[in-house]
Amino acid sequence: MSGRTVIPFGPQHPVLPEPIHLDLVVEDEKVVEAIPSIGFIHRGLERLVEKKDFVDFTYVAERICGICSFIHGMTYCMAVEELLKLEIPERAKYLRVIWSELSRIHSHLLWMGLTADAFGFESLFMQSWQLREKILDIIEETTGGRVIFGSAKVGGVRRDISADKLQDILKKLRSYQNQFAEIGGVFLRDATVKHRMQGVGVLTSEQAQVLGAVGPTLRGSGIAADLRMTGYAAYGKLGFSPVVETAGDCYARCQVRIRELDQSVDLIEKAAAQMAEGPIEVKVAGTPTGDFFARTEQPRGEVIYYAKGNGTKFLQRMRVRTPTFANIPPLLTMLGGCQLADVPVIVLTIDPCISCAER
Amino acid sequence: MGALSKSPWIIHYDGSSCNGCDIEVLAVLMPRFDVERFGVINTGNPKHADILLLTGSINEQNKSVVLNIYDQMPDPKVVLAVGICATSGGIFRECYNVMGGADKVLPVDVYVPGCAVRPEALIDGVVQAVGILEKKRAAQKAGKA
Repeated sequence: MSGRTVIPFGPQHPVLPEPIHLDLVVEDEKVVEAIPSIGFIHRGLERLVEKKDFVDFTYVAERICGICSFIHGMTYCMAVEELLKLEIPERAKYLRVIWSELSRIHSHLLWMGLTADAFGFESLFMQSWQLREKILDIIEETTGGRVIFGSAKVGGVRRDISADKLQDILKKLRSYQNQFAEIGGVFLRDATVKHRMQGVGVLTSEQAQVLGAVGPTLRGSGIAADLRMTGYAAYGKLGFSPVVETAGDCYARCQVRIRELDQSVDLIEKAAAQMAEGPIEVKVAGTPTGDFFARTEQPRGEVIYYAKGNGTKFLQRMRVRTPTFANIPPLLTMLGGCQLADVPVIVLTIDPCISCAER
Repeated sequence: MGALSKSPWIIHYDGSSCNGCDIEVLAVLMPRFDVERFGVINTGNPKHADILLLTGSINEQNKSVVLNIYDQMPDPKVVLAVGICATSGGIFRECYNVMGGADKVLPVDVYVPGCAVRPEALIDGVVQAVGILEKKRAAQKAGKA
């Protein structure tokens, strides 16, 4: 048996569009330990609350991450609205659900593409992203932006979706569901894909609980936890139960995300059916005082916004706890004992968003 | 016209961006925009690359990484600053851990603003970068002769 070698993984690595650095301690081809070092994308934006007032900061919050940007902006707005004691109109709540779920679909398709790339299935990568472009088209039609679209605002949402447009979107989404099934089928049934994912990177439900995993990583390990169950925005009225798989391996996490695609389409359908006409925003008055934790479910898991106001137009303190940050300890556990060649796939199955994690 | 402008190879590095521009960089490689029809190939190896596509701003931690990638690239090479963060620091320029745009450490040839950058603008930027690459190659050749 040879001794131990340390192999650096990242920050610039072909499989990752973002920089994360891992020191992989290996014995031959087996990883015995993974030591992370982060901070390549740290911007320090939490302190920007001292320079940008609570309305302007929505734009900064949206730019914490370009993939789940809407949900970041929305969660920030929810925290500030609570401090201002604002109740936003019903229609705004449903619109927030629609854009959140569109973001989730595009994020999951993006993840499917990147994962396909990680195990070397180039055409599947292309097809997932081609489908994702169609979702981005819907986002662009309704908001004007592709990835960062500034639709959340303190007191409601910035734009409305007309009834005709909504019917058109639903029709499109229903037609895309066949394609979700087709691409999802390749992930779930193809022998080569199964070979790379089944039994790889196992996280037991005890480990997931103890290490504080969130999102599909947690649900793939058999724990039915999803912040949407708390019923924020309009989720309380949509009848929702989380997608859960029990195996805890890369394949289970993949199954969770593929099943969530259909779930998101269902949620958009239900929201569209229940949504009544009405105003989409309320006037913002006063300045934030007190403190509040807003918690929502992002495509990657739970995000927490803590905001503390002191009666001025600048927040005193703002803190974000993002899902990828919570998923790094479970990732290190999954990496222990795996083969070196499986590292990229395992890293990708937590759906890492380093921009979120480092802020 | 040399081989460089027929098939420029790109290396992408995310400085400290929000991911918005990074996913647009990947999106232009997809069937919708498909820059591979111009011969553009995304490589992970700096020694294979002609164009450095940098998103996000520069900070103390990633400065050495960016320089390291740039130094490894063979001459002639072109640097493309993608998105407003790589151009000037953008919305984050007042953050304590942001030094500014890519030009703080590298000679930037083409700036592509936008937050997030539009894929069309990005393709336009790459086309301009190819022109500059060709000029640099011609200058290099003339210098040797």
